[in-house]
Amino acid sequence: MSSITELMPFIVLIPLIAGPICALLPGRALPWLLTTVSMATAFVLSAMTLAAVFDGATLSYAFGNWAPPVGIEYRVDAANAFVALLITGVASVLLPWGRPIVDAEVPERQGSFYALLLIALAGLLGITLTGDVFNVFVFLEISSLATYGLIAHGRDRRALLAAFRYLIMGTVGATFLLIGIAFLYILTGTLNMADLATRLPSTEASRAMQVALGFIVVGLAIKLALFPLHHWLPNAYTYAPSLISALLAATATKVALYVMLRFIYDVFEPGYSFTALPLSAALMVMALGGMFAGSWLAMMQTNLKRMLAYSSVAQVGYMVLGVSLVTLAGLTAAFLHLFNHGLMKAALFASAGLVAWRCGSVRLEDMRGIGREMPWTLTAFALAGVSLIGIPPTAGFISKWYLISAAMEDGQIWLVVLILITSLMALVYIARVVEIAWLQPRPDDAPAVQEAHWTLLVPVWLLVAANFWFGIDTRLTVGGASMAAEALVGGRLLP
Amino acid sequence: MKDNAILVVVARFLIPLMMLFGLYVQFHGEYSPGGGFQAGVLFAAAWILFVFIYGLETGLRIIPQRVIYTLACLGVLLYAFIGMLGVILGGNFLDFHPLLDAPRAAQQAGIILVEFGVGVTVASVVMLFFLLFARRRADSEAAGLDPDAADDVETDRQ
Repeated sequence: MSSITELMPFIVLIPLIAGPICALLPGRALPWLLTTVSMATAFVLSAMTLAAVFDGATLSYAFGNWAPPVGIEYRVDAANAFVALLITGVASVLLPWGRPIVDAEVPERQGSFYALLLIALAGLLGITLTGDVFNVFVFLEISSLATYGLIAHGRDRRALLAAFRYLIMGTVGATFLLIGIAFLYILTGTLNMADLATRLPSTEASRAMQVALGFIVVGLAIKLALFPLHHWLPNAYTYAPSLISALLAATATKVALYVMLRFIYDVFEPGYSFTALPLSAALMVMALGGMFAGSWLAMMQTNLKRMLAYSSVAQVGYMVLGVSLVTLAGLTAAFLHLFNHGLMKAALFASAGLVAWRCGSVRLEDMRGIGREMPWTLTAFALAGVSLIGIPPTAGFISKWYLISAAMEDGQIWLVVLILITSLMALVYIARVVEIAWLQPRPDDAPAVQEAHWTLLVPVWLLVAANFWFGIDTRLTVGGASMAAEALVGGRLLP
Repeated sequence: MKDNAILVVVARFLIPLMMLFGLYVQFHGEYSPGGGFQAGVLFAAAWILFVFIYGLETGLRIIPQRVIYTLACLGVLLYAFIGMLGVILGGNFLDFHPLLDAPRAAQQAGIILVEFGVGVTVASVVMLFFLLFARRRADSEAAGLDPDAADDVETDRQ
């Protein structure tokens, strides 16, 4: 057993153990420091894990030395490691950025705030790394419960209502997943993913198996905020503290998509999933609906954070569209956009967070002419927006390019047209912010706004730079995404 | 409610019994039905009954809120510590075999310790839940408000 196999579970264990310690720490500096150090350590471990599985290897760790499939197993291939790298990477960059903003937004009891944050991240990482379907449910509940608490920390009282709405929807989603897992357990008598994957094909196809797949896909679609199940998302992202909006937008929906793909492609065979249920058509309709409705609603918004939230609904649509093509190229495009969208939304929400902190408001009418007062922040926003629209040389262009190539390869030219139309809609809503911030004059009665300190701008610009870096050097992103797609399909035939 | 003789007599009889039963469930959890979760809830139920009879102030004099909060974290940390002990002694996380030489005794010791952590956390978190709701009610009564009135959350204007 190589040493990285023994270190890999600590990606989850470090934040999970640091959480309760953090809850006991007094003051402001110590909880933040512990959180940042643990996420940075987890990031290093994730990078080492991804390097170890990049050649197609699979790492397996048996908890308590109980051999799988009886014990709980962490099973990591390129798909898990790729998502874990995104989560820990974005968290490590955003935490140094978020410190003064959290000081302003959550002045009291920061120990428990950061403890919840660590536990939410541990939950997301646990979902990503585990090889046990019941463990997925447990970690989903851990991360969701912590997330509800974090959203409720928002300064606006509407944050409570948003958290409650998310709680209702999230619980429905988790319950659906649990029902699906229970059906799988009844059918096969096992909860281990690898064991399920070998037993399900020899199990006689039955209505129960169809129902299990249906419940699992719908339950995860709620967590994924797939149109039309996205209703919890805009308010949750709008009223949550800025750090939480940025982190959630970059990680939470991505993890839900990853688990959904793990179920569709690995636990069930793709040959079963896409023939037992009309998944391909259903996912495509919902993806296109999300792309158009999300972009349209984003164009209508008067609140910057809410605009970005609706844009997330649209971007989830692109990822799911890649999945719905049921080709290796489509799956690669989905993983690629999963990673790249995490980078661009983190950069956009991070610069929006700076505006919210300095300006005290993220309403577009209060942002008139702010570009001249906070040039570095708004330039970062515009450049991250360029990546969101998909203009070369940015990461957004690469993921759209792969998505379009996948659609062309499948012979579906009309999808290319729809992707281009929604990209133009993204251009409209990003350009609107740029126009308001740069071209409109600052109203005379507007309060003076200062540019954020450079220590806060560095993480934001790091994210923007990553968007450009991965638009030029695609070895990590495209390589990782295609390895992830191949790990999930695993040589099985696609229908 | 400590003026009501029947309640006080029944509670005095019941509370120690509930706590004892909680401990029974806790320490037989490794080989019979039970364990930390159930034991924690039973133990917390006894404390809640005590608060019902003798009031929140008396209950908090025995165990202040800060202590309950700390215990909730320490319980998880005990679990994590025992789990890490397996790693430090050369096994996997939550591997109890390296703890003692005899494999059966090692498993039992590990499970009892881990379940004790679970029990402490569950008991203190259930107490915290009750405490926060009870405090909120007491606060709004002290402020002269009707605690059963609906909160007027500002509606979403956008």
